[in-house]
Amino acid sequence: MKPDCFEKFQNAGERFLLEVSELQDNGKKVAGIYCLFAPVEIVRAAGAIPVSLCGKKEKPIPDAEKTLPPNLCPLIKSSYGYAVSDTCPFFSASDFLIGETTCDGKKKMYEFLGRIKPLHLMHLPYSAAEPHALEFWCEQIHRLGSFVEESTGQRIDRDHLRFQIRIHNRIRKLVRRISLFQRAQRVPISGLDIMTVMETKSCFVNPERYISLLVEFIAEMEAIAVDGFSPFETNAPRVLLTGCPIGKGSDKVLSMIEESGGAVVCMENCTGVKGLDLLVDEEEKDPFLALARRYLQIPCSCITPNTGRLTLLNRLINEYRVDAVVDLTLQCCHTYNIESRIIGDCVEKIHGLPFLHVETDYSNSDVEQLRTRIEAFLEIARWSAPAHAGNGKPPARIQFSS
Amino acid sequence: MKSRSKDQTVAGIDIGSRSIELVVLNADGILRQLKTPTTFDPLGQCRRLMGELEGGRVIATGYGRKLFAESFGQMDVSTITEIQAYALGARFLHPEARTVLDIGGQDTKVISLSETGKVFKFEMNDRCAAGTGKFLEFMATALQVPLESFGEYALRSDRRIAISSMCTVFAESEATSLMARGERPENIAMGLHMAIVQRTIAMLRRVGVSAPVVFAGGVAHNPCVVRLLEEQLGQPVIVPGNPDMVGALGAAICGKNGF
Repeated sequence: MKPDCFEKFQNAGERFLLEVSELQDNGKKVAGIYCLFAPVEIVRAAGAIPVSLCGKKEKPIPDAEKTLPPNLCPLIKSSYGYAVSDTCPFFSASDFLIGETTCDGKKKMYEFLGRIKPLHLMHLPYSAAEPHALEFWCEQIHRLGSFVEESTGQRIDRDHLRFQIRIHNRIRKLVRRISLFQRAQRVPISGLDIMTVMETKSCFVNPERYISLLVEFIAEMEAIAVDGFSPFETNAPRVLLTGCPIGKGSDKVLSMIEESGGAVVCMENCTGVKGLDLLVDEEEKDPFLALARRYLQIPCSCITPNTGRLTLLNRLINEYRVDAVVDLTLQCCHTYNIESRIIGDCVEKIHGLPFLHVETDYSNSDVEQLRTRIEAFLEIARWSAPAHAGNGKPPARIQFSS
Repeated sequence: MKSRSKDQTVAGIDIGSRSIELVVLNADGILRQLKTPTTFDPLGQCRRLMGELEGGRVIATGYGRKLFAESFGQMDVSTITEIQAYALGARFLHPEARTVLDIGGQDTKVISLSETGKVFKFEMNDRCAAGTGKFLEFMATALQVPLESFGEYALRSDRRIAISSMCTVFAESEATSLMARGERPENIAMGLHMAIVQRTIAMLRRVGVSAPVVFAGGVAHNPCVVRLLEEQLGQPVIVPGNPDMVGALGAAICGKNGF
């Protein structure tokens, strides 16, 4: 049982393209974005429409590998492959692009991407807490503003920017409200379906209409939750999926967890709840500064130290009554890969929960090995869930001599 | 778990990348154990192995478990992962086991068991078969030594040389250049064994290893790997009598007891 309006989320991409082409005929501009760090309020305030171009499919990767090294993260290769092969309608629809210096792979890839379409690169500080980080980032947001103004020919009015801030805060709150349905004992909707809904937060033309759709979805979900319906068995381990972003096409780990009997109740990644509880201060006099403060708090592994992710995870694990945590790293994503140790220690030692780190790409070459690991992990999760507590203490370790 | 009559049999079948093992249990213990190569027709091989086995419960494990469950729908088939199967099998044979190492045809698993024998944590190689049975098989062929005696052969080495490549293809190039330098093939074989053990030890470290360690899977037949593991761990490892049957045995036990 799914909300009737679920279909509208499934078709969000097609509808976006239809609506946007009409608006473009009337002079509207589309901004292709790649990351949660892109301040969409600025784009909207200049009358442009932001859309995520983050590549999630295997298909365009061979085209990217003509230029980029094969041992690079699949998300970067897929994003570039779509652009260079001109096979993504969203990329074709984009008038200009916005990138950020998040990881090394992305920032160097943008040097090539900038040859295809006008690209503005935002320089992100490595640390959110360093003395001049906020000032520097605020300046970057101003510079983005100038770039977008030039590209659209429309000035950013401060009051309109404040209006966009309120709108996007509203959207974050509503999407977060949707994610909270998964806290229920009887999880009312699959993690895969929630992913489909959440993915649309970077793919809509009209914010007011998008808000109405989210409100409609929430109302339908409330009715389903009251009925006590769940697509999962009652003993399904409640899994939190963290790590690199995933989406339609790169959902193999999420799908495999749910096919193997687990319920993905929360996704702590850019597609999921990361950043949803970070709101822009609507009272701050300088909207640019308010935006800078908010965006700098996004707990991405490209920031060091990334303490915000642990704080968020600690809260989510309790909030969603999580039984097990799966950390997904895309191959060659150094920052998430290294951070996995920190996350694993926190999950196992502080929360006493089973933890699985998987490193994979967009291909299907490892699905059977992955399936074995995920099934075995869920077997452990079932045993260590509170209902089965008392399975004995962890064994004492042998100390290696070297 | 429903109670079963005394004469009822339970079978465990482990469909791996290189071989298929079958263990049949009844109330008195192991009734039968058989092994056959997987080949490119795993289902045909399963059918031959299952032979006259009628009815009863079957628990399938290994890479072919899903395929088996789909194709033997007329039987009472369920599946478990190799991780659970090896844990159950090793624990049945050696109740004191706290760590299970399985090196099979294309993957290596390290399983850490709690005091009560439950799987506590595990590690498994992701996708590449470097450092598994396949690696040894490939290298034995390259050195023209039968796989069965490759371990004994390596133990005849008179000095230890390091081979740093884990990749089967690179390791072969490295072995070739060592041969070109006049190195004794026994020493090269020892270097290759050391490479596989080094990789295994790294995996053991990641999971954290507690004694006693049970070493199962086809590669446990190799005396050189056993010797090197014991050296590195500083203690003996337990190799069951039929190390490659442990997965199938564990599956059968699961069918008998549930888990």
